[in-house]
Amino acid sequence: MLTLATRSSYRTVLDTAFLRGGDPGATAIVYLSATAEPIVITRAAFQRQVRRYAAAMTAQGVRARDLIVIAHTQNLECMVAFWGALLIDAVPSMFPTLTEKLDPQIYMNGITALVAREGVRAVFTTDDFAPLLRPLVTCAVYGTSDVPTDLFDDTPIAAPDPDAIAFLQHSSGTTGLQKGVALSHRAVLNHLAGYGDAIAITPDDVIVSWLPLYHDMGLIAGFMMPLIQGIPLVLMSPFEWVRAPAMLLRAIDAYRATLCWLPNFAYNHCARRIRERDLDGLSIASMRLFVNTSENVSDASHQLFYDRFAAIGCTRAMLSTSYGMAENVFAVSQTRAGELPRVETIDRDALEHERRAVVVAADHPRAVVRTACGTAIAGTQMRVIDRDTGALLGDRQVGEYVITSDCLLTEYYRRPDLNPIDADGWYRTGDIGYLADGCVYVSGRVKDLIINGGKNIFPGDIEAIVNEVEGVYPGRVVAFGVDDVREGTELVAVVAEVRAMQDAETLHRINADIRRIVSTRAGVTASYVQLVDDRWLIKTSSGKIARSANRDKWLRERAEAGAS
Amino acid sequence: MTESELRAALRDYITRELIRDAAYPLRDDEGIVSGGLIDSFALAELGVFVEKTFNIYIPDPDLTVATMDRLDQITARVLRDLPK
Repeated sequence: MLTLATRSSYRTVLDTAFLRGGDPGATAIVYLSATAEPIVITRAAFQRQVRRYAAAMTAQGVRARDLIVIAHTQNLECMVAFWGALLIDAVPSMFPTLTEKLDPQIYMNGITALVAREGVRAVFTTDDFAPLLRPLVTCAVYGTSDVPTDLFDDTPIAAPDPDAIAFLQHSSGTTGLQKGVALSHRAVLNHLAGYGDAIAITPDDVIVSWLPLYHDMGLIAGFMMPLIQGIPLVLMSPFEWVRAPAMLLRAIDAYRATLCWLPNFAYNHCARRIRERDLDGLSIASMRLFVNTSENVSDASHQLFYDRFAAIGCTRAMLSTSYGMAENVFAVSQTRAGELPRVETIDRDALEHERRAVVVAADHPRAVVRTACGTAIAGTQMRVIDRDTGALLGDRQVGEYVITSDCLLTEYYRRPDLNPIDADGWYRTGDIGYLADGCVYVSGRVKDLIINGGKNIFPGDIEAIVNEVEGVYPGRVVAFGVDDVREGTELVAVVAEVRAMQDAETLHRINADIRRIVSTRAGVTASYVQLVDDRWLIKTSSGKIARSANRDKWLRERAEAGAS
Repeated sequence: MTESELRAALRDYITRELIRDAAYPLRDDEGIVSGGLIDSFALAELGVFVEKTFNIYIPDPDLTVATMDRLDQITARVLRDLPK
C-alpha cells in the first residue's frame, strides 16, 4: 500500500494497485443500483476496460497533456474514462452531472465557458447530451456510442513526469466561473500517503461512498484512494442515495465496509429519513470510521446519528472529523483513527467581538459548541493569521487559516491572473477559525458563502437570478444562509421586495417563480422565500444591500413571530 | 379516513414541515419538487412520515419525482395502500 514508508516507491498515480499486478481477481469496484443487481468489477476487468477506453481516446486523437472533460451521470463509464485519460497522460476532469431539476441551458453554458477558457480537447458524455452540446463548443464531443469498445486492450501505460498535472478538480460554485484546481501526480501521492497515515488505512479496509465524483471528497476519498491503495470501493449514485438513504447502511452491511466520508447533512439525512423497517437485520459494526467533512461539523449531528444507529452497531469512536479543500488535494486535518473529535463550549461574544475562543461552562448564556476537525495531516502545516495585517496569531485567536504542504495545487488551470500560493509557499484558505493544541476549529468564511448539503453557493448568484423574476424590484433582493439544526446544514433564504398591496394570487405566483428559478438555475432549493414591501431591506451607506444586517433582521422577525 | 381528510393531512405536513411555510397556498397540481418548493431529500422524509402516520411503506423506487411530485399524486399513492 501507499504509506509514508512506501511513498518513495511510487512515481505517479499510474503506480496504482489495479495496474501494478497483485491479485487480478481482487474486487476493485462494486457498483450498486436501487433497481439492478450489483456490478462487481475485478482489478483485471477494470484494467482491461481502462486500456480499451485509452485506446479509443487515442484513436480519437487525444494526446498526452490534452485536457479532457468527463460529463457523465455517475456510472462505470465515467470512472473508466477518467483512468483511460490518465493512462495516456491526458488530463481528465470530472464535471458535475446535469440533474433533472437544473436548466439544461444553464448547464451547457457552463461547459461551453469552461471549454473555451481552459482549452478543453474533448468532452466525453452521454449519448443524450452529446448532440445538444456538440454545436455549442469548439472541441470534440463524444457520446457513449462514439467510443469503440472493441479495440485491443494493449494501450501502453504512459510514464508522466511526477510534477506534471495529473487531473483537474473543478471547485463548486457558479458553473461558468469555476476554477480548475490543478493537482500533480506528486501532490496526489503525497496526500494519500499522509492521509492514509492519519486514518491508519489497511489492506482490509473497504470504502463505501455515494459521493459525486466531481467533488473533491468523492473524487479523492471515494474514487482515487481505494483504486490507488488497492482496497474495494462500493459506490452508488448520489441521486439514488438521496432518495433512499438506507442504501448506504445496506451496503455497509453487505460488503462489511469500514470507511465512509460524509458531509454533515448526511448524518441528519440518515438519522431522520431512514425508515424503521429498512434497518431490520442490518449491522454497521464493521465500520472503522465515518468521516464528517466538507461543511460545518456539528456534534449534534453526530449525536443524532449515534442515537439512531447505536442499536445496529454504531459507536462514538467511529464518528471522526476532517477539514479539507481541493487545493490541498482533499484533507488538511483529520482526527486520528480511534480518537474522538474534541468538542468545546466557547463564548459567542468573545468569538465574534474579540476574535478569541474562550472556553465557558455549557450553561453559559452565550455558549456555542464547536467541534474540532482533528490536527493537520502529515506533510501539511497550518497557521492562523490576521485577515487584515497578515500577522501570525496565537492559539485560540480567531483569524484566517493558511496552509503549506507537500500536496498543494500546482495552479488554477489557465488562470495566470490568480496566484493561489504566496512566495513563501502558503495558501490562504478563505476559512476562518482558530487552532487550540493543534486542533482545527472552523467557524466561518471570509466571503459570504452558503454551504448547503456540501455544495458551495454564492449568495450574489442567487440574488442575480431572483432579480429576473417579474414583480420583484430589481436589485432589491438579498440571499443568505440560515443554520438549520434539523437538517444539519445551511439552508438558503431569499428576501425580495415587491410592490405593496398586491393580490394573493400575484404574490403566490412571484413566490413560486422565485423558488422555481432558483432551483432550475442554481440547482439548489430556496427553503425560505419571503416577499416584503419596499423599504424593508437594509442598505449600506453606499446603497448596497447589507447581507448580514438583513439576515439578522430576518432572523429577529422570525423569532418574534414565534416561527421555528 | 376520507380522501379529502387524507389530502388535508398531507397538505398540512408538506407545507408546514417540508416547504416550511404553513401559509403557502399549495395547489393540488403544483410541482412540489419540480417547482423547487422542496428538494429530493424531502421525498425520503415524506416516506418516513407516511410510514409513521399511516403505517404505509412506499418502496424506494416509488419515492421519485416522477411519482410523487404533486399533492394529487401523493394522495392517490397513499390512498391506494390505506386500509379501506
